[in-house]
Amino acid sequence: MSMPFYVSPEQVMKDKADYARKGIARGRAVVVVAYAGGIVFASENSSRALHKISEIYDRVAFAAVGKYNEFENLRVAGVRYADLRGYSYDRSDVTARGLANAYAQTLGTIFTTESKPYEVELVVAEVGADPAADQIYRLTYDGSVADEHGFVAMGGSAEQITAKLAERWSAGLTLEEALALAVEALGSDAAAEAAGRGPRSIDPEQLEVAVLDRTRSRRLFRRLPAPVLVSLLAPATPAAGDAAD
Amino acid sequence: MSQQRGPDPSGRLPAAFTVPGSASFTDFVRDHAPDVLPGSRRLPAGTVSVPGGPGGGQPPSATTIVAIVCAAGVVVAGDRRATAGNMIAQRDIEKVFPADDHSCVGIAGTAGLALEMVRLFQVELEHFEKLEGALMSFEGKANRLSTMIRGNLGLAMQGLAVVPVFAGYDLEAGRGRIVSYDVTGGRYEEVDHHAVGSGSVFARGALKKLFRPGMSAAQSVRVAVEALWDAADDDSATGGPDLLRGIWPVVAVVTAEGYQRLGDAELRAVVEAVVAGRRGNPGGRPDAGTEGGTSA
Repeated sequence: MSMPFYVSPEQVMKDKADYARKGIARGRAVVVVAYAGGIVFASENSSRALHKISEIYDRVAFAAVGKYNEFENLRVAGVRYADLRGYSYDRSDVTARGLANAYAQTLGTIFTTESKPYEVELVVAEVGADPAADQIYRLTYDGSVADEHGFVAMGGSAEQITAKLAERWSAGLTLEEALALAVEALGSDAAAEAAGRGPRSIDPEQLEVAVLDRTRSRRLFRRLPAPVLVSLLAPATPAAGDAAD
Repeated sequence: MSQQRGPDPSGRLPAAFTVPGSASFTDFVRDHAPDVLPGSRRLPAGTVSVPGGPGGGQPPSATTIVAIVCAAGVVVAGDRRATAGNMIAQRDIEKVFPADDHSCVGIAGTAGLALEMVRLFQVELEHFEKLEGALMSFEGKANRLSTMIRGNLGLAMQGLAVVPVFAGYDLEAGRGRIVSYDVTGGRYEEVDHHAVGSGSVFARGALKKLFRPGMSAAQSVRVAVEALWDAADDDSATGGPDLLRGIWPVVAVVTAEGYQRLGDAELRAVVEAVVAGRRGNPGGRPDAGTEGGTSA
């Protein structure tokens, strides 16, 4: 009979974390960018059916990178959590904070108790009545939660994309500006950096984009299909500065 | 399943939340938190009576709803009165609700149970839409509502019936449709128009005479208000438009563009036209005056 090797807890956690991180870094990135009228979510995703960005509730949306079956599982759980809470209390009692906590506990428990951690990273975002009340929570594979301001990038080449967003993002962007920035950031990945020719251009057909638009009523989540993206991205580059929507 | 109910000791979302498969909110809640659902309460046998309540202790009940198919979709209108026995329980109750973007429900019967059913139905449709990433078909929605009404059969037999009418724009068929129900959950597709509730007999009579195929939404709104007027004229449980307090019927128009509830200003104009048409002509005979009939 063979004796199992002793592996220190530090090593176990580190191995799990490396494993999860590698899985997450393999996929395409998702960016979340706040603008004056709400929050825009964008990802490079050629599938029309397998979404990375989804509606959770009236003011709350979900974006994820990593293994589809794992984050889909969490998305379904989130919709059930939100609908049950909204039905047994009131629609206004469903908050991103509550959901982020539930996800954090779930991811944390899976990371420590199960042999294979979830290879996912999530954003749970909620729009408020004004930009100051917006909330963006980023959750990683081990259940840590970060309260982000303005923008988040996760998935493959997250570092390069975050650098781009940090350089260009400012409060009070219009939807067109935020969208142009998101697409440019998605194109500024490691491959583009290696090629050294600036950001790749991404065809609108290859983009999955949705917004939480605070100017709508009740359900604020709205997907932006390719034709809408084309028109929003058309007068892209200049026209910065005028915050009028 | 019962072991999984309640919070997981680790604080993670319980297993019921992550089980793949069902896109039904009701099915999920029945497994996870059945006490939240309307059908889970058991009542003693016999009819319900609240001692000392108004109207002989009966719970409030909602009355007349009319639905009309028009060229662009459907128009659904409900009066604003809730009654408890011989008393008026509420003057401005709302009985027409959006079920989702392209359908609505009008309720007649026991108000409390009906409102709860509508709320669950709204969540059920939204839940499906979010989980599946697609809209439920019109048939699917009508069947879900049917199941909910059947779930209330026990209470219906004790005198607490809920009889809604479901109407909406069928995006696949490209037209407005109306579905009526009985207390056992039987569903029946209605052609052209329908009315439910205590005043429905009179409203249906009016609809038969005033309905024309292919009417515009505006004409249908006029016909719906006329029909509600006729119901209120002869049924004490149906409230007419309250000009004194400015309480107008709830009127919803559902078209391919979605659900839209008419504003007070718009309804005031329609109601005042109907009232003017009925002056000296209480039966609303179409050839009697300038304003009668469908020529809105």
